[in-house]
Amino acid sequence: MTSPTPAEVFRAEAAELLDRLEATLLDLGERPGERTLVDTAFRALHTIKGSGAMFGFDRVAAFTHDFETAFDLLRQGRVRTSRDLVDVALAAKDYIRSLIDDPDGTAPVIGEAILAQLGHLLGTRADGAPPAPSPAAADPTAPPPQGWRLRLAFDPGLLRNGTNPLALLDDLRDLGPCTVTARLDALPDLDALDPEVLLIGWDVDLRAGAGRETVEDVFLFVRDDMTLALEPLDAAREESASASRAGRADEVVRPGTAPDGPPEAASGPRRGPRRDGEASASLRVEAGRLDELMDRVGELVIAQARLSQLAGLHADPGLAAVAEEIERLSARLRDTTMGIRMVPIASLFGRFRRLVHDLSRELGKPVEFVAEGEDTELDKTMIERLADPLVHLIRNAVDHGIEEPARRAEAGKAATGRIALVAEHAGAQVTVSVRDDGAGLDAARIRAKAEEKGLIAPGAALSEAQVHGLLFAPGFSTAATLSALSGRGVGMDVVKKTIEGLRGTIDLTSEPGAGTCVTLRLPLTLAIIEGLLIRVGAARYVVPLSAVEECVALPEEDGRGRDFLNLRGALVPFVRLRALLEAEGAPEAHQKVIVVAAGGTRIGLVADQILGTHQTVIKSLSKLHADVTTFSGATILGDGTAALILDVGQLVAAGGPAGSYREVA
Amino acid sequence: MNGVEGAADRFGAEPVVLLRIGTETFAFAAGMVREIIDPIPATRVAGARGHVGHVVNVRGNVVPLADLRERFGMEPGSAGADTRYVVVETRLADEPVVVAVVADKVFEVTEIRSSDHRPVPRLGTRWRPDYVRSIVKCGDEFVLVPDLETILA
Repeated sequence: MTSPTPAEVFRAEAAELLDRLEATLLDLGERPGERTLVDTAFRALHTIKGSGAMFGFDRVAAFTHDFETAFDLLRQGRVRTSRDLVDVALAAKDYIRSLIDDPDGTAPVIGEAILAQLGHLLGTRADGAPPAPSPAAADPTAPPPQGWRLRLAFDPGLLRNGTNPLALLDDLRDLGPCTVTARLDALPDLDALDPEVLLIGWDVDLRAGAGRETVEDVFLFVRDDMTLALEPLDAAREESASASRAGRADEVVRPGTAPDGPPEAASGPRRGPRRDGEASASLRVEAGRLDELMDRVGELVIAQARLSQLAGLHADPGLAAVAEEIERLSARLRDTTMGIRMVPIASLFGRFRRLVHDLSRELGKPVEFVAEGEDTELDKTMIERLADPLVHLIRNAVDHGIEEPARRAEAGKAATGRIALVAEHAGAQVTVSVRDDGAGLDAARIRAKAEEKGLIAPGAALSEAQVHGLLFAPGFSTAATLSALSGRGVGMDVVKKTIEGLRGTIDLTSEPGAGTCVTLRLPLTLAIIEGLLIRVGAARYVVPLSAVEECVALPEEDGRGRDFLNLRGALVPFVRLRALLEAEGAPEAHQKVIVVAAGGTRIGLVADQILGTHQTVIKSLSKLHADVTTFSGATILGDGTAALILDVGQLVAAGGPAGSYREVA
Repeated sequence: MNGVEGAADRFGAEPVVLLRIGTETFAFAAGMVREIIDPIPATRVAGARGHVGHVVNVRGNVVPLADLRERFGMEPGSAGADTRYVVVETRLADEPVVVAVVADKVFEVTEIRSSDHRPVPRLGTRWRPDYVRSIVKCGDEFVLVPDLETILA
């Protein structure tokens, strides 16, 4: 395993920063002129420029410099934010990304055009080189005050981020003569002193004609971790006269034990991202290593299951105790490892704001995008694979769900449509839903289309859920009657397949006039599942427990040969696994039915015996078995043999009512 | 060990593992043999093709168990005292695939020379000619150098 090259580190960091930049720009589009947003965007740009230059991405650095310079006008409040400006800034952000990802394939002329447009909007020269005024010189605030009184209070964890407050004080001294007073009242006794915790605050009288901006800029990178009170010196003078503690201040700070040692060593070169973002200390780890760790933990869980089985065979209390201990430890290790792989879904949701923003402009439909539950965590791999299906669902929602503004007005709805992307935990699963407040599905049209395509017999009696299910049938599309951008139904079968590949399910509900909601239910992780171990003939199989609804005894054969189960009045078809899995040996006299559900359809699986639950470490099947669709994977049992995992989605699709459409047609 | 199938040194000598499957002796390039293990309980995969009808647990990974007898038109046999699973890594559609191959007996590691290779006769064989890369005279015996990629696919 090789460690990432500096260029890779930069790419990863820049990708994160660009995501943040995009989110900030979109926020700015909604709340123009909000100062903290402008600052956040500016900081992200500044860091990209700095690291870009450091890692030899010169074109990135050069372009970002020009972009930043133009953006500085905004920061100084000389230009108002507008939607057009946000759009150009987003284009600039995309350009930076392509400069990083594919420098050779990115034509400089695009960047020049963006800068020209930016310059035009900002009222600077159109050649894209806006005057780069030094903030101090350009500051238009009328007669500069005699100086400033600053009151600085930092987050106690500041030193751990590698920030050296003394360097900030030095930066202030560069602006003009300073009188620095340390506030030591929060300091504990010496023996209780933690040298890594910053409890000292400072009061600074800065006698310089610098503008407010210039002074604030000194603290640009630590603003999230501090409070800064700034007032003109003249106003503060009278109060200060009474408390004339100035003078001894500097001496107090210098020998002061607390801030001197660690921060000097830790601060190093100024690099943004660490101090820029969240306060939590984090570590960047290559994804491959996490995968490897998960594999090892999986093997450990398997070995532990064997140990427990052995311990069960021997009546040795010592062995049993160790086996139990190992079982507990490996379960905790498994949970911790899975926790490490968990990523908040926010990283995924961010890009959808942009998607909705762009689509809404493209289609001329004002749409408000709301994301909820962004801190819901999912396995990393899962998040990556969710991106495409969600893009599809959101495109559909904007394109077909939300009506034209005129139609909305007719229906008495607000002109701005609303799309909500909501993630939440539901037991051992996560649900992600895309909800729009549009016109809802047109059941009659779907029906007509399905009849035309021969998917259902004319006049077939279908429940609402079955009508909606038609949307997911391969080849079904209502695109002809709708726009070309994304017919609802185009690729919905692909979306369904992807979600089922993640061992999730997809449900769709719709209310005419009120909107459509597509709900994805996903397991928390791809690596380990709870399974129900069953026996069919001599072989054992695993059924994912999340799909299991209940287990019942198979009623005695009534001689009518119907493979249906009467489950509290509901008719549930069942599949005889012995036949499907070509089981050998005599069948058990009393067969069991495991009722499983997928996509709103229930079927029963008839097995010889239910053995119990099993921690299932999922191993994928070899490519040589790609033609076998009955199984979604394999696992290793306590005795070291391999057992196959039944693909419930596949079995339901083959044995449920979905299959009967084809018979009718 | 370089995992390249058919790697030969500059004298044209290639190390191979000689093993018997059914009635034929095969030479597997030593470079692709990962390990040789005693038979372990295998799990049948319903619906899979006959020559890869089972999977086994090899060091925590579930790998297909390949029985080449079916592909070479031989009668199915049962495991004997000398039966071994030869775990090989080959490529399938440009992706590495690990497969355990059932061998009735594993003989030895030896070297074959490129000059010993004989072209595959077009007639007089029971198996598809593209399953065998070449036939090699090894001592008094003719051994088959299989094209695993084609056989397994």
